[in-house]
Amino acid sequence: MIRVQRDDFDVGAEIERLTAGKHDIGGVVSFIGLVRDLAGGASIKAMTLEHYPGMTETQLAEIEAEANRRWPLSASLIIHRYGRLEPGERIVLVLAASPHREAAFEACHFLIDWLKTKAPFWKLEDTDKGEKWVAADARDDAAAARWVKG
Amino acid sequence: MTKSLWLTSGMRILYFAWLRTRVGSAEEDVTPPAGVRDVRGLLDWLKTRSPGHAEAFKDLSVVRVAVNQTYVQPDHPVTPADEIAIFPPVTGGSS
Repeated sequence: MIRVQRDDFDVGAEIERLTAGKHDIGGVVSFIGLVRDLAGGASIKAMTLEHYPGMTETQLAEIEAEANRRWPLSASLIIHRYGRLEPGERIVLVLAASPHREAAFEACHFLIDWLKTKAPFWKLEDTDKGEKWVAADARDDAAAARWVKG
Repeated sequence: MTKSLWLTSGMRILYFAWLRTRVGSAEEDVTPPAGVRDVRGLLDWLKTRSPGHAEAFKDLSVVRVAVNQTYVQPDHPVTPADEIAIFPPVTGGSS
């Protein structure tokens, strides 16, 4: 499942809902992304996430489908927030549940790496030095590249 | 696509993030000349529309294009019926 929303999410409730009644699940791996208060030496007051409604959902669904093709997942969930977020707030949740932990760990890692380079979101930082659009980081491309099948 | 459609139909273009602020609007309806047939041609023509457009498109290595919500390369064809979006490399997720 995927959700794109302005509001916060409750990690415990999401895990509960995702796993309810699915007794083949042996493990759930979660990744929770938070807004940091520092970036490139500047102090961040807030961050505004812009996205491309329609394409965001299409891309997230495709990313999730790819994870399901690669690993035997019992369930998965991606929630990505948009709008203005302050340091400490949750931005993104990825859950991957599988009969075995190895698949759950790998799928969760894949989902967040792949999402960062494919889902159409952009961050505008509001810092003590003014507003700044976050530039894409080559390290994110490298992280995603490790999942490209050779 | 017939030539008359190219000449009479507008093309809807969406902009995001700093490309939106440099161009000065989130979307615009444009009518490119008939010779504009692909993404590369469209970007070259868009550059000529205003100083803001020229500034936005001066470094195409940081410009991404989606046609009908799918990432495409510069040689991908464009038609007035397409939803075309132009944006910088994405920066979602978190560290």
